[in-house]
Amino acid sequence: MMKKDGYRVERTGDYQFEIPTTEKEGMRVPAQIYASDKLFKEMDLGVLNQITNVACLPGIVRAALCMPDGHWGYGFPIGGVAAFDKEEGVISPGGIGFDINCGMRLLTTNMTFEDVKPRLEELVENLFRKVPAGLGGTGFLRLSASEFRDVVERGVGWCIENGYGWEEDRERIEDFGCIEGADSAKVSSKAISRGLKQLGTLGSGNHYLEIQLVTADNIYDKDVAERLGFNMDNQVVIMFHCGSRGFGHQVATDYLRVFERAARKYGITVRDRELACAPFNSPEGQDYYKAMACAANNAFANRQVITHMLRKAVSETFKTSPEDLGLHVVYDVCHNIAKVEKYRVDGEERELVIHRKGATRSLGPGAQQIPPMYRDIGQPVIIGGSMETGSYVLMGTKKAEEKTFGSTAHGSGRTMSRTKAKRLVRGDRLLRKLKQRGIYIRAASMSGLAEEAGFAYKNISEVVDVVHQAGISRKIVGLRPIGNIKG
Amino acid sequence: MTFEYLEDVAIADLAFRAEADSIEELFEVAAEAVSNSMTDLSTVRPAVTRVIQLEAESLDHLLFDFLAEIVYLKDSETLIFARFETKITRNESCRLRAEMLGERIDRGRHELRQDVKAITLHMFALEKTDSRWSATIVLDV
Repeated sequence: MMKKDGYRVERTGDYQFEIPTTEKEGMRVPAQIYASDKLFKEMDLGVLNQITNVACLPGIVRAALCMPDGHWGYGFPIGGVAAFDKEEGVISPGGIGFDINCGMRLLTTNMTFEDVKPRLEELVENLFRKVPAGLGGTGFLRLSASEFRDVVERGVGWCIENGYGWEEDRERIEDFGCIEGADSAKVSSKAISRGLKQLGTLGSGNHYLEIQLVTADNIYDKDVAERLGFNMDNQVVIMFHCGSRGFGHQVATDYLRVFERAARKYGITVRDRELACAPFNSPEGQDYYKAMACAANNAFANRQVITHMLRKAVSETFKTSPEDLGLHVVYDVCHNIAKVEKYRVDGEERELVIHRKGATRSLGPGAQQIPPMYRDIGQPVIIGGSMETGSYVLMGTKKAEEKTFGSTAHGSGRTMSRTKAKRLVRGDRLLRKLKQRGIYIRAASMSGLAEEAGFAYKNISEVVDVVHQAGISRKIVGLRPIGNIKG
Repeated sequence: MTFEYLEDVAIADLAFRAEADSIEELFEVAAEAVSNSMTDLSTVRPAVTRVIQLEAESLDHLLFDFLAEIVYLKDSETLIFARFETKITRNESCRLRAEMLGERIDRGRHELRQDVKAITLHMFALEKTDSRWSATIVLDV
């Protein structure tokens, strides 16, 4: 037994810590944190306060979980995972976040570093022009409100039908790029008008588009790596991170106010106003779920339209078709979402509302939600690091399905506030420093760039080692940045 | 009336504290803190005037809705505001009339800072101590 931030903590495994229910009044289940000794020690006070708050929510099953990249968010910590009974549990917009279906997408190319190096700066500039980033950025699509409603109900299907994607893209996206049950009647007209011009835009904050390298010394399972399309030494790949933009943010804002009233109506008291929740099966819970599915589909569509523009930019730079450049999607994962999934709890299969906030689904081989092309190897997991430290591709595991409701980490996790990072480094200096290190960056916002400095984040390799060692996902390849577009 | 961004809270997001002598001034300075996180307010010209009227069940909900409106207009009409004049009345419910001066975001001329996603209710506090009003607000960025 040890103490951290006033909580008694038990070590329950090599990479697992547990706060028992006796540590806070109202805890219904323990809080379990996946971390190494070092990452656990360094976790901020917000994490333990917030994950123990989550453990108090009605209908929570087994434990409130926190991944090793956990850090202080609002409502849930970022890195938080919680499962609620579908009949007796709740849904909480604060367990998903304002950026509904913020997620990662990764594409391969059949080019090597030697092919790309002479035109790296031109490629980054072209991508920066084609994929609008930062405040006030608008996309090229001009849609009517009714067309936009179609987009948010159908997600990637709409994009492919309208020429913004390849048929093969669909199965390489979580839930095939469309969450069932989306109903745009549950979305406000404000949300529509906020998102209307933003399809195909990156946003700001920690959103980015990055050109990366796969080198032989960074491949941990050659066979699986080849199945995913990593089959050349020094291969160039492209990863990006963004979500549902203003549309999703407005859906979440609208429902936060609805849920404050609903929580009172159903007699649910919470320790943080961002944890306002309602029974999943209540009218409010169902309305939010249908609106959240629209926002999630909008995020899939956003990443699909970005994929379309990215293929154009790379194709124009190298004067070769996207098909001949091998610009295939490897996979696309959500990391801010609630979904109904089935897991075994105490020997019994149960339908659960899984909330993942800054956490990635991590299903093992054989799961039906995985497309046939990957089903025998598991679901790809994409973990994005800071722009300086690199990223990883992992595979989901059966152990994750048993231990963490099929969930793993999503990124490296901040260690320092944006305000502090900005005080410690200037964007233009960071830009020059990274250029010297061979990483060419184009940023919409210099202050935003400083906020995302590598020292403001945990070491991604430590985070990935924890989820690998704990068995909740399996490390396949590491990716090293060479070019980056920052919002 | 002043605002300051806070360093060691809500590290993934952007927290600020605002203080003012009156409730109207507090709403105005909080709005400036939101806008200032998006661009340099000294570069925003008063080319567009927008008047909004809001009603809410409490003062803190009114403040939340007001700040959320600034974030909404940033995306729906790419408008950024730098000057605010508010009038607040309190009876059974709370009402706000705000006149906001600003312009369309010009990505060439305006410094692009954060594209604020939302106003959160995490640690949201609106308080009156003696004769001074203060608010602590966390923005999702």
